[in-house]
Amino acid sequence: MTPTDLSPVLAVRDLTIALPPGADRAHAVTGIDLTIEPGQTLCLLGESGSGKSVIAQAIMGMLPPALPMTSGEIALQGTPNPPQRASAYHRLRGPKVAMVFQDAISSLDPIQRVGRQLEEILEVHGVPKSERRARVMDMLAAVLLPDPDRAYRSYPHEMSGGQAQRIVIAGALLLNPALLIADEPTTALDVTTQAEILELIEKLKVEFDTSDLFITHDFGVVADIADHVVVMKDGIAVETGTAPSVLQDPQHDYTKRLLAAAALAPARDQAADGEAIFQVRDLSLTYRRGLFFNRTEVPAVREVTLDLHKGQTLAVVGESGSGKSSLAKCLLRLQDTDGGQMIFKGRDITALQGAALRDFRSKVQVVLQDPFGALDPRFKTIDAIAEGPIIHGVPKAEARERALRMLALVGLTPQAADRYPQEFSGGQRQRICIARALVLEPEVLIADEAVSALDVSIQVQVLDLFTDLQDRLGFSIVFITHDLHVAAAISDNVLVMQHGRVVEQGPTAQIFANPRDPYTRALLQSAPGQKRGLVA
Amino acid sequence: MIGFILSRVARAIITLLVTVTLVFVFIRFSGDPAAALAPPDAPQEVIEQCRRALGLDQPFWVQYTGYLGRLIQGDFGYSIHSGRPSLQIFLDRLPATLRLGGTALLISLVCGITLGAVAALNRGRPIDRGVMAFSVFAFAMPNFLFGLVVILVGSLAFQVYLGGQGASSTALGLIAPALTLGLASMGSYARFTRSSLLETINKPFMLAAEARGIPYKRRLIRHALPNAAIPLVTLVGLSLGSLIAGSVVTEQVFAWPGVGQLLVRSVATRDIATVQFLVLAIAATMITANLIVDLLYLVIDPRIRAK
Repeated sequence: MTPTDLSPVLAVRDLTIALPPGADRAHAVTGIDLTIEPGQTLCLLGESGSGKSVIAQAIMGMLPPALPMTSGEIALQGTPNPPQRASAYHRLRGPKVAMVFQDAISSLDPIQRVGRQLEEILEVHGVPKSERRARVMDMLAAVLLPDPDRAYRSYPHEMSGGQAQRIVIAGALLLNPALLIADEPTTALDVTTQAEILELIEKLKVEFDTSDLFITHDFGVVADIADHVVVMKDGIAVETGTAPSVLQDPQHDYTKRLLAAAALAPARDQAADGEAIFQVRDLSLTYRRGLFFNRTEVPAVREVTLDLHKGQTLAVVGESGSGKSSLAKCLLRLQDTDGGQMIFKGRDITALQGAALRDFRSKVQVVLQDPFGALDPRFKTIDAIAEGPIIHGVPKAEARERALRMLALVGLTPQAADRYPQEFSGGQRQRICIARALVLEPEVLIADEAVSALDVSIQVQVLDLFTDLQDRLGFSIVFITHDLHVAAAISDNVLVMQHGRVVEQGPTAQIFANPRDPYTRALLQSAPGQKRGLVA
Repeated sequence: MIGFILSRVARAIITLLVTVTLVFVFIRFSGDPAAALAPPDAPQEVIEQCRRALGLDQPFWVQYTGYLGRLIQGDFGYSIHSGRPSLQIFLDRLPATLRLGGTALLISLVCGITLGAVAALNRGRPIDRGVMAFSVFAFAMPNFLFGLVVILVGSLAFQVYLGGQGASSTALGLIAPALTLGLASMGSYARFTRSSLLETINKPFMLAAEARGIPYKRRLIRHALPNAAIPLVTLVGLSLGSLIAGSVVTEQVFAWPGVGQLLVRSVATRDIATVQFLVLAIAATMITANLIVDLLYLVIDPRIRAK
């Protein structure tokens, strides 16, 4: 063994990185210590803004000038790193340390073939031309791409998110680095793909003898792959330890909260079904695009049948492309359907027009995924909320009155009324969106991935808000989500969609405990955290 | 992809047909060609005779279909003055205009992209502000004025005469009008390249390329510039129109023996057949140029090829 083999792969000592003046705190991270021994996986766990990605940037030597490293040192295999952004890093990035990012497709050059981009890595690190192609092909096979030849010739947009992430991982491991940094590499992926990529990273760690620094917000991922965990909050490591000890005996309150949110246990007992307020029978939708030469048909929703009961929540669960958002558009009558029937309170609304349609719309409201895009940046909070009632004929003064009441109900102060969306955090904005939807006193609320853009601890708060308001106001919710934790936390009944079809539906507790359909079973098993029994 | 090509070609043909129709209609209704053609003091019978000879007494749609039929056969009409085919007159002038326009396009692209890239890479520094100030000047400066200044400076300060027949064969005599013609486009290319490059540099794949150990210069030349250039192609296609419009003025100022000058002269001498043909030829050039731009996207952007 050479001396470097005995040193830790990564040693970070007392790392402190400053934030520019005027930020919400003085330092991005303060006094961080990390050690990764050969063959180990360290999970850096935290929510957005906790400083976890900044640490990765510092290790890569890619800290922007606005975020200077004010103290500390970083060593790879016992050798201290050069100063940030030094040109010497070109020789380290690849052979010593490599990184994969959250969104794999956008981390590849969109106009170059994938094979070419992988060979470029070898080229800039001095690998002779004759060897490049073979090494790339070997690597593409090692990341288990079904058809390496085709992958080599593909452009990034021709791949799925999971395939692209395999490509990016292949690129990262081409030069056999000692340390692989993975920054939320599975966050943008569907559950089943997520499980495959985690498995792949584990397999490659052994095969290529690397160590992993894995950045995540998900305790399930920690449970599946980590040897050690560092829990970050506001730039400080609040808890450090081996994965089993942190999972079984968390010390810090924050860690406990995150752990609780990661549990996949249905929260609601099975309730007696009340009156069915919204009935959908054999609903179908096919998207048609293009004219003569490039006409395509994509079936999005196929013969969906569901019942939404008064005062209850129905979770619609599925992976991307399963048709769940198309279903939401149909229920909202934002999209005309091709077949089937929708009955709202005994009235067929499938082809409603004019005033009747407008009246229906005030009864069925929506909360969307992206709280940043959903609010007009030039509307004050009060105006955004009051707009709906005013359109539906409520006098202006009364509409504002109602908006203020709604604001209090969703837990915002009256001062929020005169502020613009930019002045709020994501969680607060989602509260505004909920207020805007509920001010019309709807009987049905459709929430399309309404908490997916939020951090875990904020998610818990917003889900609690949904439940609390539902108890008080008695509306029904259709909650569309890809996240089984969210479905478990909020729904009475669950409906699982795949390829536009309903594969299984029923009471949430029953389906989570006893899934019948193979796809539902696969979904539940793929949820991170199953291996070490994070789930009760 | 075949569908994309076919739909673009179909669209170009329809546009061309609409243009032909509009040109025909406008010229027919903008005045009586027979009255214009006959001597000013000609009696009514002469004008009538003239009208019959030109087929203007026929119903409108007969004239129109007849015109279309002749166009398809390659008969584009004859100059009223010289009696030569309009096509022939046009083709005589075309090489000079292509030489001028081509040089102008080359100068504006090379200088515009270089200036824009330099500005983007020095964002916020004095050199960036300098380039941006220049680009405003470049597209705000009317080309007839700039052309005159160039000629004046050339002849007074350097004793080089930059206009007219003799000058067009010298290198300087070509560059001076080409610069005048391309100046406005150069300004907009510089601005566009700057903003497009700044946007590309901040894309995630640029960061990822850095993480893969790819050096700065290579990231810039192999990844940032080609991606930033994609939207520029559309702008080039659109600005060909202003290049053609500008050539009418620039050729006049520099006495350049091209199509622009021919158009001005034909309008002045009421050579209707020639004007009609020149307008068509210019429209066809624009349509073809934009068709080429659309098809060029297939070559440079794999994402469009996929559709």
